[in-house]
Amino acid sequence: MPDNFYDEVLIDHNLHPQHLHGLPGATCSHAGMNPSCGDEITLHLTVQDGVIADGAFTGVGCAVSQASADIMLDLIIGRTVEEARALTALFRKMIAGEITPEELEQLEEAGALQNIARMPARVKCALLSWRTLEHLLDPDGTAAG
Amino acid sequence: MSLSRKNDFPVFAQFPDMVYLDSAATAQKPAAVIEAEAAYYREANANPLRGLYDLSVRATDAYENAREAVRGFIGAASAKEIVFTRNATESLNLIAYSLGRAELCANDEILVAISEHHSNMLPWQMLARETGAKLRYLECDSSGIYTEEALRAALTPHTKIFAIAQISNVFGRIQPIAEFAKICHENGTLIVCDGAQSVPHIPVDVQALDVDFLAFSGHKMFAPMGIGVLYGKEALLQKMPPFLYGGEMIEYVTREGAEYAELPHKFEAGTVNVGGAVGLHVAIGYIRSVGFAEIMQREDALTALAVEQMRRIPHIQIIGGDDPAAHHGIVTFAVEGVHPHDIAAIFDADGIAVRAGHHCAQPLHQHLGVPSTARMSLAFYNDEQDIEKFIDTLKTVRRRMGFAG
Repeated sequence: MPDNFYDEVLIDHNLHPQHLHGLPGATCSHAGMNPSCGDEITLHLTVQDGVIADGAFTGVGCAVSQASADIMLDLIIGRTVEEARALTALFRKMIAGEITPEELEQLEEAGALQNIARMPARVKCALLSWRTLEHLLDPDGTAAG
Repeated sequence: MSLSRKNDFPVFAQFPDMVYLDSAATAQKPAAVIEAEAAYYREANANPLRGLYDLSVRATDAYENAREAVRGFIGAASAKEIVFTRNATESLNLIAYSLGRAELCANDEILVAISEHHSNMLPWQMLARETGAKLRYLECDSSGIYTEEALRAALTPHTKIFAIAQISNVFGRIQPIAEFAKICHENGTLIVCDGAQSVPHIPVDVQALDVDFLAFSGHKMFAPMGIGVLYGKEALLQKMPPFLYGGEMIEYVTREGAEYAELPHKFEAGTVNVGGAVGLHVAIGYIRSVGFAEIMQREDALTALAVEQMRRIPHIQIIGGDDPAAHHGIVTFAVEGVHPHDIAAIFDADGIAVRAGHHCAQPLHQHLGVPSTARMSLAFYNDEQDIEKFIDTLKTVRRRMGFAG
């Protein structure tokens, strides 16, 4: 049995999240929830001229949901809204087990969550922050600009 | 400790390395139960209660014999008091929909223990919304103790129903139901007891407890899924209107209405689960053959073994306190800094099945101030090796989540 149960990347982001804090001056926020787990993440973004200038999250949850949020913010801060949308689609593709090796590289550290696809009960933990991001970036949402 | 009973349960032959510590969610099934249900469908399957031919008589007999076995098992006065349902949840809903809607009005109060499973809470919330009755909660301390004084103080002249589990699925503590029933009856209050976690593990006698209703599930007591029981005192069941309407629950029907069948058939609309009832009958026989003396001795010894070792491990909090005698086969716990879903995932990686989450008791978790927890729960088929493996993994949880110790 794997003693290193979760990937090191995941463990590290869970124990030492860089983006777990409030974000004064955020241009939009949205709360995502997995009611059956009790995981709650509020995603805060500062979007300027179609670029995600800064982002953070608050809330509580399991290691998978917390690390996934932190890794996601690492990936999308500094990107355009369009790029972030494309990355979210790629992340979903990875969880569905349909991603190519080239595409996986674009996800950088988020690739550490690839094996979650094999644990159906945890997929919603991994997706929570991405789902919340999708809501914020929705054309009808507040960040689309 | 006496001989392991694992050989009676085919699932353990299928997965010899699995450690199953989620019996409070559902129990494993002995070969005798699995075989009995299959044999019913091979040898006696017909629609019961309309027995115009031999096979239907056999099906009816199998079903009614199962009812009689349940009656004897919980010490009910009459088989009319035993209603078959799908599970404890349906039994509790039946009371709320039938008795509750007929008897409660806006001035009344319903008192519910805060540690209740959602299935003994949401039906009462629904009833309060529909009737305008006031829903109040009886609160326990951090050990899961409800005092008789607190119950007396919470009851008012308007309290019509008090709902509480004999054993909470989070604490594992046995509540003094007979004393509570006496206090309730002095106040003219009916007591509804959820026996889902008690009936499989301790002897339960409804007349000794003097509860008005007792609900429990077959699947937690080694029977198939989809068969459950509602016990109710005959006088109460007699005056309650049907819960579901349809076939098998009527005497005769006209264009205007119907004359309902006698108890307990009045509450068993539609074709019933005879295979499940037959399985429950055999499960009761199996429990009797092992005997509650052995069941309780094994389960309490294994619980004590687990609790005594758990309390020596740093960063572990046992919900309901460290006294092994307070937990009857159910130990709910938190590991500091580790989310219960991660705890369960680590146990799963080591082949150990435990539950994580709020165990369908969210208001209790809010009351205790913990977001969610992990739970190990056992049955007499578990053994010392299961507990040792559980403890070995528990010791590694924090390290595997990146903590120093």
